[in-house]
Amino acid sequence: MIKHEQIEKSVGLLIVLTILTVIWGGLLEIVPLFFQKSTTTPVEGLKPYDAVRLAGRDIYVREGCFLCHSQMIRPFRAETERYGHYSVAGEFVYDHPFQWGSKRTGPDLHRVGGRYSDEWQRAHLMNPRDVVPESNMPAFAFLANVKAKDSVGADIEKKMEVLRGYANVRGIPTYSDEEIKGARAAIGDKTEMDVLIAYLQGLGTALKTTK
Amino acid sequence: MSDFVSEFWNIYVTLIVVGSILFCVILLIVQGKATFTPGKTMGHVWDGDLEEYNNPMPKWWSWLFVITVVFAFAYLALYPGLGTFKGVLGWTSAGQHKAEVEKVDAAVKPLFDKYMQMDVKAVAADKTAMEMGKRLYMTYCVQCHGADARGAKGFPNLTDGDWLYGGEPEKIVESIAAGRMGVMPPHAQLGADTIKDLAAFVRSLSGLPADSVRVAKGKEAFASAGCVGCHSPAGTGMQALGAPNLTDKVWLYGSSEATIIETITSGRQNKMPAWKEFLGDAKVHLLAAYVYSLSQGAK
Repeated sequence: MIKHEQIEKSVGLLIVLTILTVIWGGLLEIVPLFFQKSTTTPVEGLKPYDAVRLAGRDIYVREGCFLCHSQMIRPFRAETERYGHYSVAGEFVYDHPFQWGSKRTGPDLHRVGGRYSDEWQRAHLMNPRDVVPESNMPAFAFLANVKAKDSVGADIEKKMEVLRGYANVRGIPTYSDEEIKGARAAIGDKTEMDVLIAYLQGLGTALKTTK
Repeated sequence: MSDFVSEFWNIYVTLIVVGSILFCVILLIVQGKATFTPGKTMGHVWDGDLEEYNNPMPKWWSWLFVITVVFAFAYLALYPGLGTFKGVLGWTSAGQHKAEVEKVDAAVKPLFDKYMQMDVKAVAADKTAMEMGKRLYMTYCVQCHGADARGAKGFPNLTDGDWLYGGEPEKIVESIAAGRMGVMPPHAQLGADTIKDLAAFVRSLSGLPADSVRVAKGKEAFASAGCVGCHSPAGTGMQALGAPNLTDKVWLYGSSEATIIETITSGRQNKMPAWKEFLGDAKVHLLAAYVYSLSQGAK
């Protein structure tokens, strides 16, 4: 049997055993998730991000919105009263990578879609303090100066094809050829702010809270 | 029934979980049988004076491991964890959320029911109701209408007694429940000069200084360009359409000439979201009463 003295004195063996220990946890905690229907099947009504929202999502990721905003409503009354229905795994099947975040300096955004008007989102992104005087969110006015087709939209067809590849492997609905062909036209002359707002306005709208 | 795509994963998870716990038990037993040499060093020296003894683990430490193993089995019996086994307690996070919501709803329902039967004005006079209303307002309304309810550029002030769609209780309920869609169409086709005339006229309507020649020309354009269709011939607006009264001193987007020109040229549109679905009638009723109470000081 291996003595712990041998492990301590052989860095290679120590590394191998450490990796095995970590893998053991992953085998149990991660691997079965790929074979659970609730994590791999889209919830009813959920559609892949269309070209405009996909570009907006890239802005969201690029600007690091996830650093201050989560997209994960936990099943607590205090959260569901404020934000709406708690998040479920099947809502994130088209997110690569998901934007759950881990910190809420700002509010959760998972159900922000439709919560405010487009005009509010625009005013708020231009200067958050114009509408929420107490806000400490940075202004993102510069997003209105760049056309999405020159940045995140430049390779939109390629992005959609890659996502379609993922979806096909998993056997879930995905983009048609027409949608990919029409992606550039859909983005058109929209600014980075426009596509970001489109993304935000679609967030979490597949599941509704009704009273 | 099972969330897993095949029965294999049920067995897989169960085996790994039970196997891991048993591994801990075996490790504990094997280590308990190891030979120790208390008080004697192992003969290693690091960093000059750092030596290692070969003492057995303290008893309380070993017992912690035993307790952990017992806890693990107890937990897995009570809660979901072993594959598809749901646990004796039948606990789910969704179920816990539901119970929490039902408990609070049962406590507040009598209150909401009571207010629902009172008319909005009566609710607005009720102190407890207004405290509840304020909390609802602070959760759902502040982002646009502000913590002081004085609004922001493009978002109406609720305290000034001026209403785009009407300040009667039933109109407020309607605004909150179904939302509103405000559209001022763009009028760039009128040409920059006419728009400047119109801006001067609109400013004159509320007594702001404006070029008198332009005001006269603007007055004609106001009638001929179709402004009267929504803002009425006298410029007093039309609440059925949400068209603002141009003769008062309340400005949604601002009263400067430049802002008015921008409003006429590019138009404006904004939306009050509908809340009925999200909040339900009882909360909308209470919020309407709170909003109604906010404006009462203004008159």
